[in-house]
This record gives sequence, C-alpha cells and structure tokens, in this order.
Amino acid sequence: MSKLGNLGARLYRGEVGYDFVGKRMIWYGLSILITITAILGLTVRGLNMGIEFEGGAVFTTPKTSVSTEDARHSAEKASGHDAIVQKLGSGAVRIQISDVDPTKSTQIKEELAKDLKISENKISAELVGPSWGEQVAQKAWTGLWVFMVLVVIYLAIAFEWRMAIAALIALIHDITITVGIYALVGFEVTPGTVIGLLTILGYSLYDTVVVFDSLKESSKDILKQNRWTYSEIANRSINGTLVRSINTTVVALLPVAGLLFIGGGAMGAGMLNDISLSLFVGLAAGAYSSIFIATPLVADLKERQPEMKALRKRVLAKRAAAAAKGESLETGRDEPSDGDDDGEPVATAGGASAAAVVGPRNQPVSRGRGRGRPSGKRR
Amino acid sequence: MAAPKKGRRSPSQGNPGRTLVLILIAIAALTGGMFASGHTKPRLGIDLAGGTSITLEAKNQPGKKGEVRKEDLDTAVGIIERRVNGLGVSEAEVQTQGDEHIVVNIPKGTNSKQAQEQVGTTAQLFFRPVLTRAPATGPEQQPPNPKPSPSESGSQKPEKPEKGDSAEGDKNDKPADKATEGSSDAPSASPTTQGRVLPEALKADPTPTPEASTKPGDGVRKPTPEPTKPGGEAEAADLQKRFEKLDCTTAKSRSAIASKPVSSKEPMLACGEDGEKQWQKFILGPVAMKGTEVDGAKALINQQNGEWQVSMDFTGKGRDQFADITGQLAQKQSPQNEFAILLDGEVASHPYVTKSITQGSAEISGSMDQQEAKDLANILSFGALPLTFEVQSVDTVDAALGGEQLRAGLLAGAIGLALVIIYLVVYYRGLSLIAIASLLASAALTYTIMSLLGPAIGFALNLPAVCGAIVAIGITADSFIVFFERIRDEIREGRTLRPAVERGWPRARRTILVSDFVSFLAAAVLFIVTVGKVQGFAFTLGLTTLLDVVVVFFFTKPLMTIMARKKFFANGHPWSGLDPKRLGAKPPLRRTRRRPSGPADTKEA
Repeated sequence: MSKLGNLGARLYRGEVGYDFVGKRMIWYGLSILITITAILGLTVRGLNMGIEFEGGAVFTTPKTSVSTEDARHSAEKASGHDAIVQKLGSGAVRIQISDVDPTKSTQIKEELAKDLKISENKISAELVGPSWGEQVAQKAWTGLWVFMVLVVIYLAIAFEWRMAIAALIALIHDITITVGIYALVGFEVTPGTVIGLLTILGYSLYDTVVVFDSLKESSKDILKQNRWTYSEIANRSINGTLVRSINTTVVALLPVAGLLFIGGGAMGAGMLNDISLSLFVGLAAGAYSSIFIATPLVADLKERQPEMKALRKRVLAKRAAAAAKGESLETGRDEPSDGDDDGEPVATAGGASAAAVVGPRNQPVSRGRGRGRPSGKRR
Repeated sequence: MAAPKKGRRSPSQGNPGRTLVLILIAIAALTGGMFASGHTKPRLGIDLAGGTSITLEAKNQPGKKGEVRKEDLDTAVGIIERRVNGLGVSEAEVQTQGDEHIVVNIPKGTNSKQAQEQVGTTAQLFFRPVLTRAPATGPEQQPPNPKPSPSESGSQKPEKPEKGDSAEGDKNDKPADKATEGSSDAPSASPTTQGRVLPEALKADPTPTPEASTKPGDGVRKPTPEPTKPGGEAEAADLQKRFEKLDCTTAKSRSAIASKPVSSKEPMLACGEDGEKQWQKFILGPVAMKGTEVDGAKALINQQNGEWQVSMDFTGKGRDQFADITGQLAQKQSPQNEFAILLDGEVASHPYVTKSITQGSAEISGSMDQQEAKDLANILSFGALPLTFEVQSVDTVDAALGGEQLRAGLLAGAIGLALVIIYLVVYYRGLSLIAIASLLASAALTYTIMSLLGPAIGFALNLPAVCGAIVAIGITADSFIVFFERIRDEIREGRTLRPAVERGWPRARRTILVSDFVSFLAAAVLFIVTVGKVQGFAFTLGLTTLLDVVVVFFFTKPLMTIMARKKFFANGHPWSGLDPKRLGAKPPLRRTRRRPSGPADTKEA
C-alpha cells in the first residue's frame, strides 16, 4: 500500500491531482445527459408502482401443501408482477399481486389453479386497496420539501448560500437519476424503494458536506494571497479529500453491492433487489455528484464574486510577470498533473499564510512558526 | 529535542481511559439489560417474521341504508392505521380488501388480543367535564428528581416508563413547558405538592384539585350521581396522587391510561393533546353525555371569520343533557369551564364553554385546520370509525418475504462487512483495528438498543430497516475515515503521532458533526412530518446517526488517544498504518528516523 499512501500524500500536497474544476463542463454535460435520459424514462415508461401504493388483487387458496416459493413463482409467472405470498396459519396461501384488473384476475386465477393443482373455484379473488395510503405518500413528500428547505437554510448558515444551492442541485441530480433508473429498469416501486431513496437523500448530502467542509477550510484565507484562484483551491481541496471520498464510497457501496449481487442476484426479484438497487445507484450518484458536480458548481458561483474576479486577475498578472521574468513558474496550475509545482519557493507576503492552509508546504517544516516547537524529530 | 515531551494534554482530551471504560460499561449494561428483559432479538416486522392478520367486516350503521361507501372504508383504514401504528415504528399494515373488508396485519410479538380490541371496536365517545389539567410530564425529566419516599414506592404504577423510552420522547410530545392557560410552570412550591415525586412542571392549579373532584357533581343530570361516594375524600386524594404520577409523555403510558376501564360515574384520568400539539393530562369528572347522543357533526367554515369549526347536532335527550352541562360549565373558571371529548380514553378535544347551549346544536371553534376539523367531526359523528366493524377472522401469517430473503440479506450484509474489513485492513493496516473495534461497538449498541426498543415502544425491524442499518455501516465507517485521514495529513505535515491525533481531532470532529447533523435533520424532519413506514425508517436513521456520534466521540477518539501512546503506532511501524515514510511525510523526518530509546510515556505520571 505504500504506493497508495504516497499517492495520498501527493494528492494532499497537490503534487498530483485531477483537474475536476477545469474539466467540469465534461461532467456537467455527462450529468445533464444522464438526467435527461432519466427524465425521458420517467415520462415515457413511467414508474411501475407496487401493490402497496396502488392496490391490486389478492388470491386466497384453500389449505394446501404448496410452498410459498412455488406459489410466488407461479404467481409472478402468471401476472408478470411481483407477488407477495404469505402462508396463513390455517395452511392456506394468500397471494397479493399488484396492478391487476378484474378481467386479468380470472386469467391469473386459472393459471394459479393449474400450477398449484388446486381447483379453480376454491381460490377466492378480491381486489385490495393500497396499504400505503395516499396519506403516507403525501406526508413523505411534505417531509421531503420541509427537509430540503431546512437543509438549504442550515447549509447557508454553516457554509454559505452558494454551497447550499450547489448541494441542493447535487441532491436533486442524485434523486432524479435514481428514480429514472427505476423507470428504465422497470422495477416495481415498493416501500423499500421509497425508503432507499430517502436513505440516499441523507447520504448524498452527507457526502457533499464533507467535501464542502474541507473546501471551506482551504479557502479561509484565500483573499490574503495571490497565488491561486478560487477554482484552483477548490480543485485542490477535492483532490485533498479524494482519498477519503473514495474510501468512504467503497466502504458504503461494498455492503450494498453485496446485497444487490449476492442477496438480490441469488434470490431473483424481491424486496432486497428493490432496496439495494436504489441504494446502489443512489450512493454511487451521491459520491459522484459531490465531487464532479457540487464542488465545481460552487467554484462557478464563487468566481462570479467581484473579489474573486479581482483575485483571478491578480493571480494571472503575477504569473504573467513571473513568466516574463523567465522564471519557470508554473503557468497552468490547471494542469498540475505534471506534479512539479512545489519546486519554487515563492515567498510572497501572503503566500506563507495561505500555503500553510492549502499550498504546498515548500519551506522546511521547522519554519512552522507558532507551532510551539520543532516537530517531526524524535519524540 | 531528545527529551521526550509530555504530550500536551489539551483539556478537551479528558481522560481517554475513563471514557472508554464508561462506554464499555454502558454497552455491557445495555447487553445485560437486554438479556435480563429476555428480549434478545429485535422484533421483526411482518415482512420478515410474519404476524397476525385480522380481517374486519364492515357493518352498516343502524339506521343507514345502502352500501358501505368507499370513502368511509378509506377513512376507517386511516383511523385504524393511526390506532395500531401509534409511533409508526411498529410496522403494522392496514388495507381494504374487496368492498367491505379491512385487513390489518400486525407483526409477531404484538399482543394480538389487545390489537383486536384496538381495531375491532368502534371507539367509545364520551363527554366529561374537565376538573383539572396540567402539562404532561415524564418523571424522568427532572435531573434532580428526588427519590420517591418509601411510602410511595409501593404504589409505583406500571406506567413508569422503561429505559429507552426517552429515545422516543422527542416527537412533539415533549412535556409542555408552558401551560396554555398561563399557569406558572415553576410550582414545586405549590402547597398541594410537597415536591416529592412531583414533576416540576406540574402546575399549581388555582383551585386545589382534590376538592375539585369532590364538588363538580352538583347539578349534573340525574344519570350521573354525585361523583364521590362516602369516603370520597380518600378517593379524591388517591386520584390526585395518581394524577401527579401520570405521565402523558410516552405512548406506552398513554395507552395504559386510555385502556384502563373506568366506570362512567367515576372521575378519571386521561391524556390529550392541546391546540399546540402538546400533551396535557387531565382529571375528568363523571360522564355528562354519551357520544351516542350526538346525532351528527360536520366540519364547516365559519362565514364570519373564515375559520374552520365543527358543528354538532344532538338527539332530543342529548340536547337536554348538553344544555345542562354547558350551563354549569359556563359559570366556572378555566379549566373547569371545559368539557372533554373523550375518545377511547384519550381526550380528543377540550373546548371551553362560554354560555349554556340549549338549541340542540353546538359549534366547536378554535384554531383548527381543515383536517383537524374533519377529524373531530368524524370522531363526533361516528365515534371515530365511520362504520361498525366485526372481526371476521384472525389468522396467523408467515413472513411475506420468507426467511430466505432475510437470510440472503444478512449473508450479503456479512459478506459486505467482511469486504469492508478487508479493505480497511489493507488500506489502514494497524489503524483498522481501531476502526473494526469501533464498528463492533457501534453494532453492539445498535443491536441492543433495537432489541430493547421492541418491548418499549413496539419498534419492529422490517427488511428496509435492515438494509438501512447495513448502509449505516458505511456512514459510521466514514467518520473513522475522516478522522484517520486527518491524522495522516497531520503526519504528512511532519508531526509525530500524538500531536497529530490531538490536532487532527478538532478538525475531524467538526466535519463529523456538520455532516451528521444533516443526516439527523433528515431523520428528525421525516419523523415529525410523516406517518407509517417512513416514520419508522426515519427513527432508524436518527438512531444510527446518534450512535455514530456517540461511538466516534466516546469510543474511537479515546481509543485512538490511547493507541497513540503505544510504541507500535507512535513509532510508525510499517504495519501500523501510520508509517511516516509510507505516508510520504515531509523530509525532516528522514534525518532522524532513529528508534527512540524507549516507550515515550505510556504511563501517565
């Protein structure tokens, strides 16, 4: 792992890095593309709502030795929908299938009777109403809106309104993509799906907030220096937290991937699939958007501030001057992947203080004034 | 700089050893409590464990002809759902079946007999005068709560909340810290209450209540005789004592008091919400009028002020009774000029009376929105349920998802967890020990608390919640990762481990708190706003988020502090995950990569 550790160090010091902010248009484009696909999927195919939301039909068999597995299998074959199968204490089987109209229900009954070897007139069929009443769905929406408003207010206070807006856009992006995938795949939307979506909601923001927190820290003294523009600092801070982002995403996705591929895959369709699919897509989208969408958006918004514009001018002017002097100063810090950008001890007045926060630490550590003692030696 | 520095112990650092011991004791205590209570497994929802399925058949109201209307059936579903799903965490399901049936599924482990009573009976509706009321209080609210004196400890009622229901106290049923009627809420000085077991917020009622319950009967109509039989003094005192003990802040104690059988001729205790959604407790006089005397009620908008209100019509007998009772109440002081509309033992509304109402119809107005007005009208019209139901069949059902789904889920979760652990070990090496220990602590806490919440508030885990808990692994692990990465960054700056830990912590702490706050906000909002399964989910999310903070603060951090003193970590052993060389720390370290002569200061002098 020493390579990884070193990579982490070089990322941390900004020796290597990917230019997230500079190449943001690519990612914006990609996201817009996916989002449009998702919205198309939603409008064209629509969501396939499960029995809990729409009601459906319930078939009750007399006492039978059929296993619930077989019953579910044949019910799903007969109807083409997910079925909820329960054995009752009396030995009877109760099968609930969504989205069944009366004409179809007769046909399903026949097939069930044939499959399960029960005479048809002993199977009772009735329509059932949704167990997730409209009220539940409605209140879930209300909750969602209230939460969004509150979280924007909170982020605006804890960070600033630009970050709040960017986080909200990233959140909407994640949810749209997840819902769109559902429409495209045609999985039934069950309470599990809704709950998966709500989990994403918390997680997506959580991830974004962690990245923003480091961004806020690195841009604290940004106006006291004239070496980097806001976008560059934003980029550094993404790269600095990249290791954490990757680790966290891997750690969050591994169990979910286990659920999806092992749990769901082995079992075929079922509740597990519903939940883990929405979680998997949502978590991945959440991790992606916090890096590729939210932070570049903040940079975009910040660069419109007059003081940031002024900073950009200063930085560019300084670089131009340095270049004119013939010094081999880095010109395109937008392309730092060549990794030679902390060779120069540039000692501007503000440079040191900023460098202490973001810049490469290119003075010997013992210069760390105010840290009380030389560190890094023997204990 | 050869002299080993004593680590600067920042005051915030406290004593890591003690903190660790404390949380381990807490985990052990919870585990012990779990085994002692015999609930060693979390209750599972219907989808995982099956339960009881009750089929109800709607009967038309006598005197109404025609079909069972679909709207009525839907209304009934909503009401029954509210009854069986008190907190939204019990995972009960209610749905219509066919044109005149409602199916109620209740997870295993619920008292199915009690549940049948809950769903099957048409609610009992009574009008009783309010004798006194006070903001609901929980006995555990007061930190300096004096121990009950021996004379009273004998009469401890079962309503005493158990451990763990403080966890659900933060719905909107916080004790009302402001009595609505402007009564003071700092009354331990009140003469009636010797400040013994009395909760602080118990208000000093302007009229000492024991007497109150002895006098209201005069003039109540003949079906209700004097509420106090001979020896009423003692009973009144007893009632008062029980009133003081009554705790309306927990769902459990509320349902206990509501389901207590009371004679209609006796005063009784009850809980109810006031206009501000604060729980109040009441002493109510004998029944003044039965709900059956209400002929009908509807919600309508008052033309003059545009507010929602409810108008009721009475039967002939009801009109006389109502005129009587309102005539008496109108002359009293608040709160004794109120009558309580009592539904299933809980106060649904307690409007006050300004004048005698004699014309056989009455309006109840106040700050109601449309839904509240409709609900109240519904309650008044049908005794809550718009239809009468008969229990048609009660049947056990097995798990809807079958055990194999849960098994697959748990297996997948275990595999996922194993992968996480492998990943952490590979990436963080020695540090992963701390992460794994923290994950285990977190798992132990989650498991025990969920198991204990089953009996305490009817908390049941369904498959989505299990999946949510699996995702929570990621969120919990994230906190460690943030912390570890911070420490590593500090080491890259060229610090040695202990200062790195102490410097890294405040910054990691802030990140963890800010991001966990967002998660918690989501949970809190969803819990307050939603109903049913979403509420159950929000509860799980909030719980895991809180536990995440607890574990990181009281387990991971102290453990890290202690580990930082160990040679293995402090010297940056290649396998410790903190090897400065591997982390690519700054050069100054290279000059002095000599082994220190001894352990730094493993013992705190």
